[in-house]
Amino acid sequence: MVENRPWANLIAHIVLISGVALVVFPVYVAIIASTHSLSGLLQGTLPLLPGGHGIENYTRMWQSGVSNAGAPPAALMLWNSFIMAMAITVGKLSISLLSAFAIVYFRFRFRMFFFWVIFVTLMLPVEVRIIPTFKVVADLKMLNSFAGLSIPLIASATATFLFRQFFMTIPEEMLEAARVDGAGPLKFFKDILMPLSVTNIAALFVIMFIYGWNQYLWPLIITTDPDYYTIVMGIQRMTSEENPQWQLVMAAVVMAALPPVLVILFMQRLFVKGLTETEK
Amino acid sequence: MQTKRMTYPGRFLPYALLAPQVIVTLIFFIWPAGQALYQSLLREDAFGLRSTFVGLENFARLFRDGSYVNSLSVTVVFAVGTTLLSMTVALLLASTVNRMIRSRSTYTTLLVWPYAIAPALAGVLWWFIFNPSIGIVPYMLEMVGYQWNHRNSGSDAMLLVIFAAAWKQISYNFLFFLAGLQSIPQSLIEAASIDGASPTKRFWTIIFPLLTPTTFFLLVVNVVYAMFDTFAIIHATTAGGPAQATNILVYKVYADGFVGLNLGSSAAQSVILMVIVVALTMIQFRFIERRVNY
Repeated sequence: MVENRPWANLIAHIVLISGVALVVFPVYVAIIASTHSLSGLLQGTLPLLPGGHGIENYTRMWQSGVSNAGAPPAALMLWNSFIMAMAITVGKLSISLLSAFAIVYFRFRFRMFFFWVIFVTLMLPVEVRIIPTFKVVADLKMLNSFAGLSIPLIASATATFLFRQFFMTIPEEMLEAARVDGAGPLKFFKDILMPLSVTNIAALFVIMFIYGWNQYLWPLIITTDPDYYTIVMGIQRMTSEENPQWQLVMAAVVMAALPPVLVILFMQRLFVKGLTETEK
Repeated sequence: MQTKRMTYPGRFLPYALLAPQVIVTLIFFIWPAGQALYQSLLREDAFGLRSTFVGLENFARLFRDGSYVNSLSVTVVFAVGTTLLSMTVALLLASTVNRMIRSRSTYTTLLVWPYAIAPALAGVLWWFIFNPSIGIVPYMLEMVGYQWNHRNSGSDAMLLVIFAAAWKQISYNFLFFLAGLQSIPQSLIEAASIDGASPTKRFWTIIFPLLTPTTFFLLVVNVVYAMFDTFAIIHATTAGGPAQATNILVYKVYADGFVGLNLGSSAAQSVILMVIVVALTMIQFRFIERRVNY
């Protein structure tokens, strides 16, 4: 800051505190609502202080869910979300690392062609080709399975481009030295490229994990068996009821939001790195 | 496109390395996209037994159809509203945080975490606090004499989904604006203030113009977000209603295809959306090349 203006500083803090309040408010309301009984919530206005039913609501949501709304226990849905998010993240990272390695360290026919094939995935979000993709997955008998939940989402142009860019900055001498020492391509990949890429992998891991965890449309259409419901889509089953049990819905919302929020809070630097680099 | 000066010789290995990515892309991206393209030229009979080639008829029908034209204009309102609201708030917060020295990282942490909240959850959260019977905001609005009801009023419903979508996107825009602000040389701002420019004047004549690349980049990203990533917000809250007031294009593709089972029309809508994404991606890429030397 250039000059010292106490008043301007005060106003700046007021602006920021209201900004933070605006951002926190919906989540605060959710946390409060998850600690009341349903009748407490329906009494008229929403209470703004915690009530005494928190433990009861969370235990009930965790253990039994809302069966008449078709929502299985949150423990199961959280587990499913975790598996799906991990499968998508690990899948995306590994196939992108391999293809970036091939594109940078080899010369072969149709290289440009493959590059464009990968590029296309950037342009076809699942939302716009939802019905034909659903058909393909149905024909492959992958409905209601973890393979169906994750594999169609693991192609990633952004990750491939990012790794390609990063590999291009690795000094030529690395490869020369490795070849002089007699390292083959796979050994070079495993012992030199991978260790050098650790930070990039970690940064992308954070972004991809959040992406995978927050999937909605895809699990919604390909799972009809409650055993495969993920938490983000399972919540929709509970709110689309005639009279939603808001205290349980909000408990589920808090549980669904917690893992990715914790990831961001504890790995903020990696998260910022991943976010700003993938979008370049 | 370059490779390294020295490369590995390989006859089969590079193909094997590329295979997983390319196979997934072919099966789950290119093939379905081709199917959509093909389907969009066909029309199925009422029983789904036979389909006939109808050329561009599906597209022509769409544009004659009032509900599609309505969906287009709803999408424009939604995308513009979401983008403007979330970018304005984010720019205000980022430029304020940027003045701070000691508290900068605390405020940043407090402002970035909504990025992690799924759009569907953002929708449910706002749906809940705006709930006409038990929500807190309608209660407060009633005190100033406004009857909030997003179940009947199309404009209320639109505002609700804009709020939810913009809220979730603030943290993203904030991070990029903050990065943009931090890359502006401090000497320019000091020089201006020695010449007697007030903070407001400095913002509009120096900072804002230098932020143009960031702003433009975020405009494209936000429009893409509002058009494609917000499906969950609509689906988890208004379901396109009331009376199609929030029926944005991505939601309509899903509703017409899965619920209405009108495959030809849904495929034609998919194709139109693909054209829009391709155009937006191209704009984004051309712009990124230019961003380097502003």
